[in-house]
Amino acid sequence: MVTYRVEDVSPDMSFLEMLDVLNERLILEGDDPIAFDHDCREGICGMCGMVINGVAHGEQRATTTCQLHMRHFEDGAEITIEPWRAAPFPVVKDLVVDRSAFDRIIQAGGFVSVPAGSAPDAHSIPVRKENADAAFDAATCIGCGACVAACPNGSASLFTAAKITHLSLLPQGQPERLTRAKAMVDQMDAEGFGGCTNTGECTAVCPKGIPLDAIAQMNSDYLKANAK
Amino acid sequence: MKYTEGSEIQDTKAPSGPIEERWEKRKFSAKLVNPANKRKLNVIVVGTGLAGGSAAATLGELGYNVKSFCYQDTPRRAHSIAAQGGINAAKNYRGDGDSIYRLFYDTVKGGDFRSRESNVYRLAQVSVNIIDQAVAQGVPFAREYGGLLDTRSFGGAQVSRTFYARGQTGQQLLLGAYQALERQIAAGTVTMHTRHEMLDLIISDGRARGVIVRDMVTGEIERHIADAVVLATGGYGNVFFLSTNAKGCNTTAIWRAHERGAYFANPCYTQIHPTCIPVSGEYQSKLTLMSESLRNDGRVWVPLRKNDTRAPGDIPDEERDYYLERIYPAFGNLVPRDIASRAAKNVCDEGRGVGPGGLGVYLDFRDAINRLGRDAVEKKYGNLFEMYERITGENPYEVPMRIYPAVHYTMGGLWVDYDLQSTIPGLFVIGEANFSDHGANRLGASALMQGLADGYFVLPTTIGDYLAAGPFGDVDEEAVAEAEIKVRTKIDRLLSVNGHRTPDSFHRELGKLMWDYCGMERTEESLRKALERIPELREEFWRDVKVTGTAEELNQVLERAGRVADFFDLAELMCLDALIRTESCGGHFRAESQDADGEALRDDENFAHVSAWERGPDGPVLHKEPLEYEYVKMTQRSYK
Repeated sequence: MVTYRVEDVSPDMSFLEMLDVLNERLILEGDDPIAFDHDCREGICGMCGMVINGVAHGEQRATTTCQLHMRHFEDGAEITIEPWRAAPFPVVKDLVVDRSAFDRIIQAGGFVSVPAGSAPDAHSIPVRKENADAAFDAATCIGCGACVAACPNGSASLFTAAKITHLSLLPQGQPERLTRAKAMVDQMDAEGFGGCTNTGECTAVCPKGIPLDAIAQMNSDYLKANAK
Repeated sequence: MKYTEGSEIQDTKAPSGPIEERWEKRKFSAKLVNPANKRKLNVIVVGTGLAGGSAAATLGELGYNVKSFCYQDTPRRAHSIAAQGGINAAKNYRGDGDSIYRLFYDTVKGGDFRSRESNVYRLAQVSVNIIDQAVAQGVPFAREYGGLLDTRSFGGAQVSRTFYARGQTGQQLLLGAYQALERQIAAGTVTMHTRHEMLDLIISDGRARGVIVRDMVTGEIERHIADAVVLATGGYGNVFFLSTNAKGCNTTAIWRAHERGAYFANPCYTQIHPTCIPVSGEYQSKLTLMSESLRNDGRVWVPLRKNDTRAPGDIPDEERDYYLERIYPAFGNLVPRDIASRAAKNVCDEGRGVGPGGLGVYLDFRDAINRLGRDAVEKKYGNLFEMYERITGENPYEVPMRIYPAVHYTMGGLWVDYDLQSTIPGLFVIGEANFSDHGANRLGASALMQGLADGYFVLPTTIGDYLAAGPFGDVDEEAVAEAEIKVRTKIDRLLSVNGHRTPDSFHRELGKLMWDYCGMERTEESLRKALERIPELREEFWRDVKVTGTAEELNQVLERAGRVADFFDLAELMCLDALIRTESCGGHFRAESQDADGEALRDDENFAHVSAWERGPDGPVLHKEPLEYEYVKMTQRSYK
């Protein structure tokens, strides 16, 4: 644990801009700046993520680290920052972790098998608006990994369930629905993520507010797949 | 900066004949690769956004052996993900008079007659297949109660042809491409290299045959050899430091390909997006776009009087200037981006801007809330309003948003022919990284369309024609070694300066200079000033930059320093290109070339061409590609 003092923090700064200011100073002093992942800085790419005062992405709900602003902290506050901590997310350096386990879960079945050029006209299959909207809500997952960092079991259930739910709600996702659920859940286990015990910490920190009932959908599909 | 003029580019490889038959003709004439041979052919795809992700996935599906690279920790992060508004397609599902021809027409006109008719027509044709593909992948587009896809009118279009997924269309389309890519990774046709940055292109026997990349975790310099290389590395808007691009977006891949012989086309064409959140302080690291779909219901205004410091709610209607509605009654708040941006700059230059520093205009939802109710407005724009409040701390349901233009997209990029092949055989360039289809101004919801058209449909056909002539033999070992040494030398040089300024401080200064002198409005004087100042700043950079750490580790300071170094060289070419194009067109506004009403004035007699720059040994060489318009008559754009 290292303590840094940061001066000149404006309330309109984002959390990452505060770290930029600190890093600029560290470079000039010849120190190594703090390594952290970030890219879009508008809350959608899912690259940033750190545990701030014990909470993944900080206390403001439904907000990624890059969208958290310093006006939510008191002047002079001491802030603790840690990387995501979970065995399947090894730390690369400082606050940078390796989340490639998420990619491998998607590789296991988080897709519809439809090669380019093979699709029928988009209007050939109508989709009930309610289903399309619910599928969209699940599909907004940004793959940041906060759910894993917050879970006492280090479970990736919310991430995995979000993709399974998104595709299960659409007619295009039906042919592979059960094989998908089984393959993705098995891969999640193989990566060393823990099981879900319904503590709900994941959904509380999720920047996109993916609801916990996605996990129920996943479990239901998984059970059906195993009963076959 | 001195330049010379080289030979004209006469042949872009577009087929002749009726425009609606050209792409069919090209597809049929393209040679095919035997399925058994495909897996012996290696293709490198750099970048995993809409263009690169869809291309790598599709090439994998076709059976090629693909290596895909991205600088992020996973291909799903590419900045296409941040596109909000939507994607155009000529489906005419509304029966409101849309057609392939109309999308083609609007795009050629919107590009201010500086794009190629053949390319744009193909883009409009392919647009309909993109929607089919995305829906089949499970992209959850907005739907109506009948279960059919919803569309909206967007960014200056008078038909409703924009498909969308709330304010996250780019995210949903990118995840569709990403999932297709992951499927191919699982199938073993694509090998993924995340956290790798391309630092040079390998050319052997005149052909692009591979790349030199740096493993950003270990610092290892790697060589990757292939039969063809595809660059899908996005735009260069971050040359301005502040832009709506992701922090990591950079020009290094295309710039270093340019240094190896690929022509760079129309570098000065940059798009300034009218609706972004204004700068709030010196520490600002990026600018955030607010989808221009907001202009469908929001009304743009400034106070009628200069320096009016009253709160917006205290300014009565008769003392407000809804300037877009006033100047452009036909299009009102929906005028294209270049027009809306410049109008905002003009009212701010008059001293009527609002917010800190007077660099902002209001985007007001008061009337929409009164007309439709707060709930309806929330349904449409809720997530955008939340985003605005999170950043500014102000509630847009109660006080109007403040917006200001910001750099958003670059229409320029590496020159490509109809096959999307650069001037280096075997080097293909797709998506924002090429210059292709948007001319001097890109219309809203057309970037997603072009990226996916290139990646899913165009490149997979045209690259086959190139690869069918292969294999191209062994790669010259000396060429590989030379490229690797060049990369290492540059890294060593950056690390050895050990000066007093950070890479970011140089980047900020360069960006400010570009914004002031080569931004929304350019003059001969400002561009000459920039061309004088950039070399001085670059010299200072190489003398005084401080890069901490070593080359053999994860070193984000080193990564940034390398990118900033390339931005200097690109900035210079942008200013030169802007200087010699003395007309105004699309996103390129030369103050010397405007009509009596202050609108952009094109000079078709002298500038109806693409400016393709070659990097010669004695400075840039300009090659002009003449543009001809057989179908859409060249007219001065008018949105009044």
